[in-house]
Amino acid sequence: MTSVPNPVLAFHDLDFGYDGRRVLSGVNLAIPAGDFVSVVGPNGSGKTTLLKLALGLLKPTAGEVTVFGEKPERARHRIGYVPQHAHLDPLFPVSALDVVLMGRLGLGPRLGPWRGRDRDAARAALAEVGLGDQADRHFAALSGGQKQRTLIARSLAGEPELLLLDEPTAGLDAHVEEGFFRLLEELNRRLTIIMVSHDLGFVTALVRSVICVGQKVVVHPTSAITGQVIADLYGADMRLIRHDHRCSEEGHEC
Amino acid sequence: MLTPAFLGPLATHAFLQYALLGGVLVAIPCGLVGSYVVIRRISYIAGAISHSVLAGLGLVQYLRVVHGVTWLSPLAGAAVAALLSASVIGWVSLKLRQREDTVIGAVWAVGMAAGIVLISLTPGYAADLMSYLFGNILMLTPRDLILIGALGVAVVTVVTLFHKQLLAVCFDDEFASLRGVRTSRYYFLLLGLTALTVVVLVSVVGIIMVIALLTLPAATANHLTRRLSHMMIVAALLCAGLTAAGLALSYGPDLPAGAVTILLTGALYFATALFKKR
Repeated sequence: MTSVPNPVLAFHDLDFGYDGRRVLSGVNLAIPAGDFVSVVGPNGSGKTTLLKLALGLLKPTAGEVTVFGEKPERARHRIGYVPQHAHLDPLFPVSALDVVLMGRLGLGPRLGPWRGRDRDAARAALAEVGLGDQADRHFAALSGGQKQRTLIARSLAGEPELLLLDEPTAGLDAHVEEGFFRLLEELNRRLTIIMVSHDLGFVTALVRSVICVGQKVVVHPTSAITGQVIADLYGADMRLIRHDHRCSEEGHEC
Repeated sequence: MLTPAFLGPLATHAFLQYALLGGVLVAIPCGLVGSYVVIRRISYIAGAISHSVLAGLGLVQYLRVVHGVTWLSPLAGAAVAALLSASVIGWVSLKLRQREDTVIGAVWAVGMAAGIVLISLTPGYAADLMSYLFGNILMLTPRDLILIGALGVAVVTVVTLFHKQLLAVCFDDEFASLRGVRTSRYYFLLLGLTALTVVVLVSVVGIIMVIALLTLPAATANHLTRRLSHMMIVAALLCAGLTAAGLALSYGPDLPAGAVTILLTGALYFATALFKKR
């Protein structure tokens, strides 16, 4: 399991629980640079918990998390986090550009207003997600898909090397979702991506590895996902849809 | 009709000029801080802070009259009480999380109770209770105006320096903390600014109605604008306009200026809320 050299994200014998309830136990995983990982599992299985442990927002009860070989708190500035947008206040008075600029915190000046280079970086990030012409629009007036892209641009403005996305396609139409995955494919050329999926998101051909969160946490290369794996995870017989017959990249093992 | 009844005396009476200037000066912290209070949804914290101010005012009055500590100013007592209750509420909401509303209610009522007891222990000052509770903009002195102006300068400075962080903490504090912003520090800064703004607004509309003057111009501005900086400017202009209008309309018929100001503020807020209808 630990044969991945210099993993971007690694969990070592990790346990996590709160209020006496054990959520994750004995988790070992290592994500290599450049990977595209989908985290799947039933509701309440601990998928978001896994992301929050990687960000250092939650502390493991036992074991260790490393990001770029360091404690998560020390590596945070290299992570781009894209939360779900449903919890954000819909009346909040900000433009798309204002939101993206928040990703420059820690890079831009500490005191006073943003500098020109921060605005340039934020505009470039908006252009990269295809919203170059929406910079001055009210964040609340954007569609669900545009809001999600704005939050990705906000994380890109921080110049990350690892992107963590929490259920990015929740509530998106199928055709919007497709364009969204094309964007992620583009970003995966330079970034490692870990994405929590609300459903079996690994049906997209982009995903190279899948972390299945259930009673046990298991990492699979996508080619190894079988009906039995899904049945073990969800406790029901589910049909697996294969979009293509591509084999997974090398370097993944369970 | 009302205008000449106000403008004539305004030219000759200094206390009216001070009142008008006071309204304009409080509008600056009111618009800036009120906007943060509205978007961060801490109106009730502001309410608790404002009511707890009575304890500080009562204590200063008691010390002045009973113990002869005449150098103490009521405004200083109010500021100490406001900052103290802001710290208590901030600490509880950050450290304990649960039961925040109960603590807000406790600070609110205990502050008032302490103030009422202290005022009743102070001989001959019962009349002041009314002006604390309902405000009296006509009693502003040049010294008050200097203090209000200084506070306005301080608030503008802090907001100019830390607007980026305050905005990020109000919008999505989890993300802000991941970008290295010490979010609890900025939350306390915001509560501190709120406390000081509440103190100056008490002199205009009184303890009970502060929450309305702090939040309703900002909430109205939120209906009319799409960016926080614009919301702050509009809120400050509304606050200045509404205080001046309240003063002008109340002067002729000899109505309480604070209450008239709040009626105008509320009417404008509900009108824009209905007009906006989502």
